[in-house]
Amino acid sequence: MRESTIMKIHYGTALAAVALVAVHILMRLTMNYTESLEYENVLANYKLIPYAVMLELILILLSVHGFNGLRVILLELKQGRLYEKAVSYGCLVAMFGLIAYGSRTIIMTNMGMV
Amino acid sequence: MAQVSHIAEEQASSPLSSSKSVTLKISRYNPEHDDVGKFMEFTVPYEKWTTVLEAILEVKKHFDHSVAVRYSCRQATCGSCGMMINGKPRLACFTKISELNSNVITVEPMNNFPVIRDLAVKFERLFDTHQKIKPYLIRDDTELETDEREFLQSPEEVEQYIQFANCIKCGLCNSACPTMATDSSFVGPQALAQAYRYVADSRDKGKDSRLKIIDESHGIWRCHFAGSCSQVCPKGVDPAMGIQFLRGYLLGFRS
Repeated sequence: MRESTIMKIHYGTALAAVALVAVHILMRLTMNYTESLEYENVLANYKLIPYAVMLELILILLSVHGFNGLRVILLELKQGRLYEKAVSYGCLVAMFGLIAYGSRTIIMTNMGMV
Repeated sequence: MAQVSHIAEEQASSPLSSSKSVTLKISRYNPEHDDVGKFMEFTVPYEKWTTVLEAILEVKKHFDHSVAVRYSCRQATCGSCGMMINGKPRLACFTKISELNSNVITVEPMNNFPVIRDLAVKFERLFDTHQKIKPYLIRDDTELETDEREFLQSPEEVEQYIQFANCIKCGLCNSACPTMATDSSFVGPQALAQAYRYVADSRDKGKDSRLKIIDESHGIWRCHFAGSCSQVCPKGVDPAMGIQFLRGYLLGFRS
């Protein structure tokens, strides 16, 4: 993939994440803040399908943005063909790993398995 | 013959006589012999108009002729005498001692360049990256076949790139760039500014190939927009602005 395409995704995910995280934080204001973070209320959020979809989207956006950011930092830290390949593929694997693990949590909670 | 006698006369001339003097700390380092660099101090007289380069040449002439320094035109045109002067990349011939407002002037080789000796640095990386971005007009019609004798441009078209054509390849921007310090493969602000210079030229048809060259993992996207390249440029080229314009092309905001 061309670096400009990667950076378009990087900027796009940042903007989208800011918007969705803002919605996520504003949802805490639907009730008392401390109350909204209680175990039952958090579970209720996960069980609401639109909210679970939004959490999944936030997870994907932040993982893509964060791991690309990490890749960029690591590429600037040290150079070398092998190292750069290891960093790029390592970040990609870590990103998919985190998305898979997070999705598992969201799906299991949504289905009432937690 | 007259020229030879003139040079001999210059060699034999006495030190500058002035009521004012400054301490010149020159970095001395020979990678072939020294493990670490050291500073040598010289007290040099100066006038209001004396440049740092003149002070260094004064040291070479009267105190230590072994100080290695690269220079040529002495008028900020050739871009040879770039060095760190009091911690900032500047052209020695373009920096007056009086305007530094300091009794001690420290001169060191430019950052982000390998040292040959003392103040002289290697320019291979700068020239390689400059060459990489194809710093020439690319056209299909390399030979003019019509009666037209030149590629005409309107003043507005010239204005698009003329600021960037002032680059003298002194390397001060690359020396000031924080990314150049950490990323040994980074193309650098000098080459990126020159890429924009040709991309913005209405006579050039090589935009796509140039954008492709800079659109790689150590290309334009590694610029953090610190802006230090533009701050130190002695010719007002503003590489940081050129880099942002190039990003505009790559993101689809410019065509």
